[in-house]
This record gives sequence, C-alpha cells and structure tokens, in this order.
Amino acid sequence: MTEQMTGAQALVRALEHLGVDTVFGIPGGTILPAYDPLYDSAKVRHVLVRHEQGAGHAAEGYAQATGKVGVCMATSGPGATNLVTAIADAYMDSVPIVAITGQVATPLIGTDAFQEADISGITMPITKHNFLVTEAADIPRALAEAFHIASTGRPGPVLVDIAKDAQQKMMTFSWPPVLQLPGYRPVTRPHSKQIREAARLIVEAKRPVLYVGGGVHKAKASPELLRLAELTGIPVVTTLTARGTFPDSHRQHLGMPGMHGSVSAVGGLQRSDLLIALGTRFDDRVTGELSSFAPNAKVVHADIDPAEISKNRHADVPIVGDCREVITDLIAAIEHEYAEGRKGDYDEWWTLLDGYRTTYPLGYEEFADGSLAPQYVMERLSAVVGPDAIYTAGVGQHQMWAAQFIGYEKPGTFINSGGAGTMGFAVPAAMGAKMGRPDSTVWAIDGDGCFQMTNQELATCAIEGVPIKVAVINNGNLGMVRQWQTLFYNQRYSNTNLQTVRRIPDFVKLAEAYGCVGLRCERPEDVDATIRKAMEINDVPVVVDFVVHQDAMVWPMVAAGTSNDDIKYARDMAPKWEIED
Amino acid sequence: MSKHTLSVLVENKPGVLARVASLFSRRGFNIDSLAVGPTEHDDISRMTIVVSVEELPLEQVTKQLNKLVNVLKIVELDTAQSVQRELMLIKVRTDADSRSHVLELVNLFRARCVDVAPDAVTIEVTGTMDKLEAFVRVLEPYGIKELVQSGMVAIGRGARSITDRSLRALDRTA
Repeated sequence: MTEQMTGAQALVRALEHLGVDTVFGIPGGTILPAYDPLYDSAKVRHVLVRHEQGAGHAAEGYAQATGKVGVCMATSGPGATNLVTAIADAYMDSVPIVAITGQVATPLIGTDAFQEADISGITMPITKHNFLVTEAADIPRALAEAFHIASTGRPGPVLVDIAKDAQQKMMTFSWPPVLQLPGYRPVTRPHSKQIREAARLIVEAKRPVLYVGGGVHKAKASPELLRLAELTGIPVVTTLTARGTFPDSHRQHLGMPGMHGSVSAVGGLQRSDLLIALGTRFDDRVTGELSSFAPNAKVVHADIDPAEISKNRHADVPIVGDCREVITDLIAAIEHEYAEGRKGDYDEWWTLLDGYRTTYPLGYEEFADGSLAPQYVMERLSAVVGPDAIYTAGVGQHQMWAAQFIGYEKPGTFINSGGAGTMGFAVPAAMGAKMGRPDSTVWAIDGDGCFQMTNQELATCAIEGVPIKVAVINNGNLGMVRQWQTLFYNQRYSNTNLQTVRRIPDFVKLAEAYGCVGLRCERPEDVDATIRKAMEINDVPVVVDFVVHQDAMVWPMVAAGTSNDDIKYARDMAPKWEIED
Repeated sequence: MSKHTLSVLVENKPGVLARVASLFSRRGFNIDSLAVGPTEHDDISRMTIVVSVEELPLEQVTKQLNKLVNVLKIVELDTAQSVQRELMLIKVRTDADSRSHVLELVNLFRARCVDVAPDAVTIEVTGTMDKLEAFVRVLEPYGIKELVQSGMVAIGRGARSITDRSLRALDRTA
C-alpha cells in the first residue's frame, strides 16, 4: 500500500510504524516541517524539553528503563550540537537511541548557512552510525535502518540528519522499507567450541569470578546469570553499568569492582585464577593499572562486540555472542561437565572471599558535629524506597555512594552515566525513565554540581506531569574533584567550592519556582521522615536538598593509574590480602 | 613496526572515506598510504590502506573498521601473495646534454616519458615502493622539480576474488 505525502509526514508515519510513543525534543527552523505533522500524531507524544542535552539524556533514560529505542529530536546547528554530549554518553554506555536532527536545505549545505553545522561529521566518532538524508524518498528507510542498528548487536546511538527540503518534498510512502545494510551483520550465536573450552576452564578453576558488565542486562540475561551463578557457586561482581543485574542480597554477590569497588570484589578479581567476563570491557576504572590486573587469571571473555575482546586484556577463550545465548550455552556445557564427573571445588576460595567480606565491609565515617553523612542518606533511601524503584545518578561522589549503598535487586534499576561520566545526567534521565515506566517510582540522585547543569528539565517534568523525585546530595562542592584535591593536591581546593552553603541557589526555592515541591533535610534524624514525605507526593516532582558534610569521601579507592592491589578501604588503610584464621 | 596492507571493500556511498580515515586517526594509527577507487561492481569501492603497526593493534583497528556499517570486508594482503603497485609522476630537470641520460634511466626502469619541455621531462613510473624509491634515487642528481605519487593498490595473486562474497551480500539486500 502506497500513499503520497511529504517527507515530514513520512518521518512521523515511520516513527509510528516503528512503535515510537515518546520523543524528546525542541523545534527550530530546519526541523519545523517535521513538527507540523508531529502535532497531529495520536501515537507519538512529543515532550518539549528545555535544553537539547536534556532531550538526549531523557531518551537514554527512557531506553534504559524500557529496553526500547529512545528518540530525541533537534534542529540544525546549535540544536544538534547540544545533543552531542548525550550522544557521546549513549555511545560509551551502549544505549540505543536515535537522534533526529534537521539540516539546512540541500542547496545550502556547505555554504555556512544560518544554523548549519556538519552534525553527521561531528558525531561520526560518537555514533554507531549516522545518516545524512537529502531525498524525501529515503526518509522511511533511513529511520528503519537507524532503529535496527541502534537496537541490535551492541546497542548504540544513531543520528539521522534530514535536510529541510527533503522534509518538504513529496514522496511515495510504503512500509516496511527494505533495509540496505550489507555491511552490518552482528554475530549473536556463540561458537560451540569456545563454549566447551570455557566450561572446561570453569570446572578446572580454583578461584573463578563472574565479572559481569552492562551487556548482560542489555541481553536481558539476568535470569540466566542467576542460574549460571547458582549452578556453579561462582562469586559474582557487577560493574557500575551492571548494578542490579545480579541481586545485591545474593550470598554470591561480592559487590562492585573497580576504583570505588568493595574490597571483596576488587580483591576477588585480583586473586582470581579465572575471570568469566560477560558483556564487559575491562574499562580502566575496573582494571586499575592494566599490567597488574588479576595477574594470575585466565580470561574467558564473552561480548557481542568482537572489538572489545582482547582490546585491553588478552582473552584465553574469546566468545563473540549475545550474553543470553552465551550464558544459556555455558550452562548446558557445564552441566555436561558435571555429568562427566568434573566439577569445580571453590570452598577454599569462598573462605578467603568471606574473610574479605567480613573484615572489610563497606563503611563510612560519621561526623561528630551531627551533620549528615551522604552515605547514610543512600542507606535510608534504599531502606525506605526499596528495590522496586528506579534510581538514576549524575557523576561523582553521589553516584559512587548510590552505587555502593543502595541495594539493587532488579536489572535496570540503576541508570547512570558510566563510560562518559556525564555530569548532569540524573534529572533528564529520570524524566525519560519515568515516562517510559510511569508506574515505577523514579529517584534521581544528584550532586549539587550536577543538578545545576540540567535542572531546567524540572520545568518539563512539572508541566508534562512527570513526578520524579530528586535527592540533591548537597555538599557545596564538586565533591569528587575536591576529594582528589584532598588526596593528591595538598588540599588546594582550586575552583571546586560551589558555595551552595550560601543557598545560591536555594534548591528548595528553585524547586518551588519550577512548580515542584522542595524539601530540605540537614540532620540524620530527619532523613526517614523527609524521604517518606517525598514518597507521599505523586502529583508533582519533588526535590529534596540533603545538606551533607563537605568532607565525606568515597571509599574504598584505587588511585587512578595504580594497581588494584593498592586499594585503600579508608584513608591510608590498606587491606591485608592473605587472611589467616 | 611492520607494514601491513589492508584491502577494504566499502559501500560506494558519500562520507565513507571520511569514516575510515577518521577511525584511523582517532584510534591513534598513522596511515602510510591510502588509495580508493571503484571496483568491478558499481556499488562497491575498494580502499588499499598501508599502515605501520604491530600485530595486536592491527587486529584492534581491523575489528573497529569491521564495525563501520559501510565496510563490507577487510582482507590483509600478504606481500608475497599479492601484486602491489604505486604510480609516480616525476618532473626532472633536463637539458640537451642530460636528456639522453635520463631517458636511458627511464628505459631501464620500464618507465615512460609523458611530457617533454626544453628544460624538463615528466616521467610516469609504476611499481612497488622499493622500485619507485630506487628510481627517485637515480634521478636525484639531475634535479627533481616536482613529484607526485599515488597510494598503493594491491590485489591477491591467483584466481580467487575477495569481492565475490561481498557481492552476494549486496545482492541479498538489494
């Protein structure tokens, strides 16, 4: 069935066919033609944000919360360049989003026209792929290809830049279009020989660890992971992007590895003789100094992206495939090993790890002056709000505390900016997550620095009826940078003091100005009541200004560029690795 | 570091060269030479890329290249198992006395004289990198006024074609 329509109408029709229900964006000159038919769409809801970066992060939050492709839209030039940070963020964390941008009309391309920017050129290194569409007839296929590329294989951002005249011209619409992607063939099915080899290493290992990354949740493989872990009894660590993929309360969970990981997770990896790395990429924040990372471990590395395998650390058994298929096949192969009488014995390993766990649990310092410890806020949020909520975070100390002190039991309940480390991620991502899963409670955990980068989206939340809750962990400083200045720059606090202690801005008044409820909490004894009050408000967004002590630090810590063996669980406090009992 | 020759089949679409070239620079690889042109199939272009790199980072850059949606296939061509050619145009200073000497060198190297002026000749020569370097060395004493060189193109020896399978992939989606 074919129909005559403009390119802009075809764009909206294609979005409807692709199942898009929400688009975050801001109109402008070159995307105006698309906004006209969008106005009539009964299926696609457009959310008018206050800054394009907010649209991008909202699309990410939506995608992470729903598993669907998030969509953002902007005009050419500055509209498009404002999306760049969010696109880079999605690229680093493999988040499936499609960014649609207007471009100046074809005859003007390359003439430095008003609001012209070469956004396909600009985003080339930070997109999985991008398109510059100059013909109306190509619009449906470009969008279908963009959604296919964004959501399959290793997910990622795709940008579709559409010239204004292509939106205005008439074309013949038909659906579905034929995809023309001869060079795009993601491998999802793991090689059976590699699986058998991995199973053999697993039953032979004495000190194996399941090193679980964000790819496991992307493959929706949490149930399979739980089966694998319980079948084998192997300890599990979950990276920052994998928090919640394996239940924190599970006995086999050692915590988060890496720069601010738990001693048991970091020590477990270091002392391991076999890493079973699933959907993870040996990021420098996990490995510390690469040459001394898990020095005695063989590596089984499964990832859907072949380029990740042996990129940073040599894989003894490389497995290219979708993590769900990999884990399912691994379980069968291990059961076969067991049936043949070969089974791993990890009792001694667990004795060592349990020693780490009991000797070096996560902890924090409370302040004698009765001021609020940020970690305590996290513990109480976790206890009062519970594991059914979705938590988002910005980047910095509050993010690490949120990763450490909130108990995640369900996959996809902690959405944050891992690889890119984008400050300001929390509020717009929470908005997107809440729109994708309106029945879930969504808490944005933010720092006072991060919050001031993107809090304009509170206006969007208030007007569009998106009642997110924001916990501003307000220490008056760019806390993580300050922590490094404390530790490595002789307490010279160059440009990290935001002076929010002077209430500039006053976050409660700011919240009220945006049509939200503003609450403040400054004492430990008020934390529970404040959280409960916030939980009772479900018609408008709530912002809680948790005023915390500025000297609270994130521990444990592996200083950048040093070995994981040199982790400190508190300042100048190094764990003893070989525990005698 | 050793030199590697990669043959990269790509879709003949705008911007593909930029994607490939920028991938090399952003992953920190220097390209020694790059040649791109059409193939026997209208929809496929072929790049021949020469890089100086160790084995392990080469594997990484090859995998990254493979991730580009417009890249159809990458083959590393072994020097012994392939024919490799570059083209060079050289403008050499000559006068009545030196011209015959220069033309003698042109014959020895199986090069061709493509333009003659009273005080210069322009020579076309093709061959491997080694041959072209040798040719330039013998011409230098006469005075090289200008030199331009193509990137290397290379093709595997024997009957097998690296485009066959990529063509089938293209046909499937067409």
